[in-house]
Amino acid sequence: MSQLSTAVKPRRNVELALLVLALAVGIGANMMVGVDKEKAFDSDFWFQSSLLAVAALAFHGVLRFRAKYADPVMLPLVVALNGLGLAMIHRLDPPGADTGNNQLRWTLIAMAVAIAVIWFLKDHRILRRFTFISLAASALLLVLPLVPGISAGEILGARVWIRLGPMTFQPGEVAKITLAIFFAGYLSSNRDLILLAGRKLGPLQFPRFKDMGPMIAAWLVSIGVLIFQRDLGSSVLFFGLFIVMIYVATSRISWVVIGLALILGGGFVASRVFSHVEQRINGWLNAFTPEVYENGSRQVIQGLFGMANGGLVGTGLGQGRPDLVPFANSDMIIASLGEELGLIGIFAIVLMYLLLVTRGFRAALGTRDAFGKLLACGLSFAVALQCFVVIGGVTRLIPLTGLTTPFLAAGGSSLLANWIIVGLLLLISHTARGPVDTTPLPPSKGADTTGIDTPTEAVKQA
Amino acid sequence: MSDLTITALRFGFLLLLWVLIFSIVSAMRRDLMVGRKAASGAPTAREVRKNPDLAEAPPQPVKQQARQLVVVEGPLKGTTLPLAASPVLLGRAQEATLVLEDDYASGRHARLFPQGSRWFIEDLGSTNGTYLADQQLTRALPVEPGVPVRIGKTVIELRP
Repeated sequence: MSQLSTAVKPRRNVELALLVLALAVGIGANMMVGVDKEKAFDSDFWFQSSLLAVAALAFHGVLRFRAKYADPVMLPLVVALNGLGLAMIHRLDPPGADTGNNQLRWTLIAMAVAIAVIWFLKDHRILRRFTFISLAASALLLVLPLVPGISAGEILGARVWIRLGPMTFQPGEVAKITLAIFFAGYLSSNRDLILLAGRKLGPLQFPRFKDMGPMIAAWLVSIGVLIFQRDLGSSVLFFGLFIVMIYVATSRISWVVIGLALILGGGFVASRVFSHVEQRINGWLNAFTPEVYENGSRQVIQGLFGMANGGLVGTGLGQGRPDLVPFANSDMIIASLGEELGLIGIFAIVLMYLLLVTRGFRAALGTRDAFGKLLACGLSFAVALQCFVVIGGVTRLIPLTGLTTPFLAAGGSSLLANWIIVGLLLLISHTARGPVDTTPLPPSKGADTTGIDTPTEAVKQA
Repeated sequence: MSDLTITALRFGFLLLLWVLIFSIVSAMRRDLMVGRKAASGAPTAREVRKNPDLAEAPPQPVKQQARQLVVVEGPLKGTTLPLAASPVLLGRAQEATLVLEDDYASGRHARLFPQGSRWFIEDLGSTNGTYLADQQLTRALPVEPGVPVRIGKTVIELRP
């Protein structure tokens, strides 16, 4: 329950100045990628740059109007990352392809949804009422890709997409938000039970099964569906989210110990049982063996060669050959950026993620309600873990798994989910940094939807 | 475009990336008020070192700690509960530490938790709210011994 005090200042002008700098990075990158091919200022460039700038400034305007105490550095960081990703995707487009403009379309949709979250939600505490609805929504979102009819079938070995008209969408990306809302809502009301009731076995205290039931159900749903969908990255993400939120809520290190033991044990069992997991681990350990290179590790190794070619300062945007790497604009975009911006550039990008995550945790420290603290911690951690899993995979620190690089990689669902996360973090930071709000939360209209705090009788007279 | 321009642009862009990072870090530094007079007006450590008069009087010796919780009003009037080092859950639910037989209380109404030498009370999103000395709680607040805490029709107090 620690709280840090900051002077109450909106600091929106700081945000505007940083935002202009961030747009200079994004638009500058987009110009650089074509500069040596004399196509620096083609119609795609003007179209993408102007729309990105208009959308970012509109977002800034909404913050001025609706959440004026929100954190001033989050939006510029995210706009810079999104702009860099857009430039690299535009650069990697072979003639005739339209991935760049498609990414721009999704960026605009995602920003519009994030603006809608800030505009209509106003106070993140309202989400606490949807604790159990969020659990149901997560389960539904995770099961959707397995339902015949809406499922887009198996693409690249994983069944995680659904078909929405002409587009495909990955509902699992949104599920990480709904799961974080559920964990935050459930743990903020029940953490004492998990902490106190239960029997001790040696130095560790185990909670009663009854109290842990919904948490275990949430965990089983995510892991179970993901084994059937063969999406290793997301199951690591959900499990990590589960461990961290329970650790933050109860401050018991035993959860982290149990969690890491389960991950190692589960990983060992999965590598024996599932061929695709075994293949990933083999491709990580024996990446440079010719047989493994031919069927598995080619992507990672080509990425490593690319980054080695880039060296310290990079080959310069538009001057390398990142297109030799399979999936250079989505899974391997970090390798593409590493080749063309070099170690100096990739450090800047990693630092941007680090700053974004620290601002999320700062919002969690500053906000005054337990639910907001847990939600901000969970969402920031989800971004951090995603970066670790992807960048660690691309640099061969850990086995490569199918997660997306937040804001950089080509892919609409991931952009949408991450922009919603930013919208929620901005809202939480608005309450954290604003003047102390002494009015209690307005009572919910109609039926009480929390399902946990329902009294037999509410006060009848005013 | 000449090679020289392109090389200049290349390094210029890396510089721009780091200019953005350093501007953000400096904006955050100001945001955290490191090395400046904090908003509360309390002197910083450096100012105290230069000018010892600014140092506040050392904090009062630890006050009498609360050792028990007493129900002073409501259906359970007279009940006492010894306070240990673990949090206390207040509410109508069976698993609560103090089960309130009060129709105006929520299942999991509020929690009392120790931090440092003090006890804090936090509302758990109850329907009718928790009142500390007639002020409705909007966040966790410290409870001093003898200050009434009202939950529904029940009033509790901490006693040394």
